[in-house]
Amino acid sequence: MSRRRETIRIACGQGFWGDMLDAPVRQVREGPVDYLMLDYLAEVTMSIMQKQRARDASAGYARDFVPLMREILPDCVGRDIRVTANAGGVNPAGCAEAVRDVARELGLSGKLKIGTVTGDDIMGRLDELLGRGVELRNMDTGAPLSDVRERVQSANAYLGAWPIVEALHRGARVVITGRATDTGLTLGPMIHEFGWGETDWDRLAAGTVAGHIIECGAQATGGNCQYDWQHIPDLANVGFPIVEASPDGTFVVTKHEGTGGRVNVQSVKEQLVYEMGDPRAYITPDCVADFTSIRLEEAGRDRVRVHGVKGTPATEFLKVSVSYSAGFKAVGTLVYAWPDAYAKARAADQILRARLERLGLKFDQILTEFVGANATHGPLAGEPDADAPEVQLRVGVRGEDRKAIERFTKEIAPLILTGPPAVTGFAGGRPKVEEVVAYWPALIPKTEIQARVEVTEV
Amino acid sequence: MRIKLLKLAHARSGDKGDTANVGLIALREEFYALLAREVTAERVKEHFRGLVKGGVERFELPNLGALNFLLHESLGGGGTLSLMTDAQGKTFSTALLRMEIDVPDAEARTLGIKG
Repeated sequence: MSRRRETIRIACGQGFWGDMLDAPVRQVREGPVDYLMLDYLAEVTMSIMQKQRARDASAGYARDFVPLMREILPDCVGRDIRVTANAGGVNPAGCAEAVRDVARELGLSGKLKIGTVTGDDIMGRLDELLGRGVELRNMDTGAPLSDVRERVQSANAYLGAWPIVEALHRGARVVITGRATDTGLTLGPMIHEFGWGETDWDRLAAGTVAGHIIECGAQATGGNCQYDWQHIPDLANVGFPIVEASPDGTFVVTKHEGTGGRVNVQSVKEQLVYEMGDPRAYITPDCVADFTSIRLEEAGRDRVRVHGVKGTPATEFLKVSVSYSAGFKAVGTLVYAWPDAYAKARAADQILRARLERLGLKFDQILTEFVGANATHGPLAGEPDADAPEVQLRVGVRGEDRKAIERFTKEIAPLILTGPPAVTGFAGGRPKVEEVVAYWPALIPKTEIQARVEVTEV
Repeated sequence: MRIKLLKLAHARSGDKGDTANVGLIALREEFYALLAREVTAERVKEHFRGLVKGGVERFELPNLGALNFLLHESLGGGGTLSLMTDAQGKTFSTALLRMEIDVPDAEARTLGIKG
């Protein structure tokens, strides 16, 4: 790479699978950007994709990504914008194939390369790994994976920025990964453009912090912002975050001009502390970032400058995300109206529980909440208002026995005609029984995982 | 005087498994020392009685004027296992802002805090 840019603009277009569909389109069209990063994978998303792939070998990735590429690929090619996305799920090759078809239909043959990053999927290697003593113990409970081996649905190691960097080096315009860290999707372009080294810990940490700030989309630009929320302008038209990165590791968080929302020190601080553990040790595959070193300052309207970030060497491990089947659950709700709304909802709950008991149904867990009284803050909310206009009764059950959960779903509607009065809110029919797919975090030595990068011309 | 944290701080919360985290951020830089002194892990544990079953850890970020709290065993098993409306701990932020602390009158005057 002979050409080194002074700054690059990396835009976040998707904070999770299901985020605003037009956000990435607007990021590309409403102002200058060099890279678009898209995060699609929540912790349990992989298991959903694994099931889709079991039914259809060509499926198993974030389907929304393909029509998005149809919409914006001409812009990306025309204006030299590159895309990094973990849209590949459990089938990055299938996702790349679908994007390739779209590119050809758009007449872009010979005009771009698509890169895929694989090697994260260890589902097929689990028994071999466990057999060799790689126990994949649960990071929270310490239990070995063998406890739930039979019920495992997906198993993926989190890859970092470096395979993405390789794909970019090899000319990929669109880089599609499976399980890659959100932060790597932002850090990768910086390493690629600025030529950072594998032990430039401070700069790698700075790029990681940048990734953390933008990876949840509008949560950095005024969305879900506690500070002065009443006065955050035009959230209907909220702009998603953009990082303007410099080779020295400093960067500015901003958004396109003319969009709604707000970027200020407070909005960035709120996102920095989101899902934080020990702030001195924000661990990624690429480095360990120290969030206590971060310095923020206002640098103009909707611009926050970030500097001072320190990092330390990466660990010898990668995080592994395993999903496993953990029984079934269902949640039923009914709404009770004034007068005595809370007292009626409570009485209904007692009646329901007595009936479940008489039916001999066993659950691992049963939880009652009173929405409007205590569903979010529990006992901290104080005594419920006896004169409340309405209260929603919300009862959830979970257990291994699907039949018991199904029977529960048939006991909610009868409460309308057989319980306390002035009750409604059952238009949706019986509650649905959902399979519970639980999440099992573990560590694996980096030496066990080999990322594979493929870059092909369309 | 007794004052709610809502008057002194803003916050955001999230989850990691069955642990909720709450980042508590001083509304003004000058409030940080007061928060660091008064909002201890023990007091937060007491405040969340009935909602948080495990221990509470606290981390300091003076550079951001912020404290980070980890509230263990607070999300009904966490993730998809949880039956809670707020299985991701998104509203633990404002639950912490309900907490009240004692601020000596002289200090409140110096900091410009009104009850």
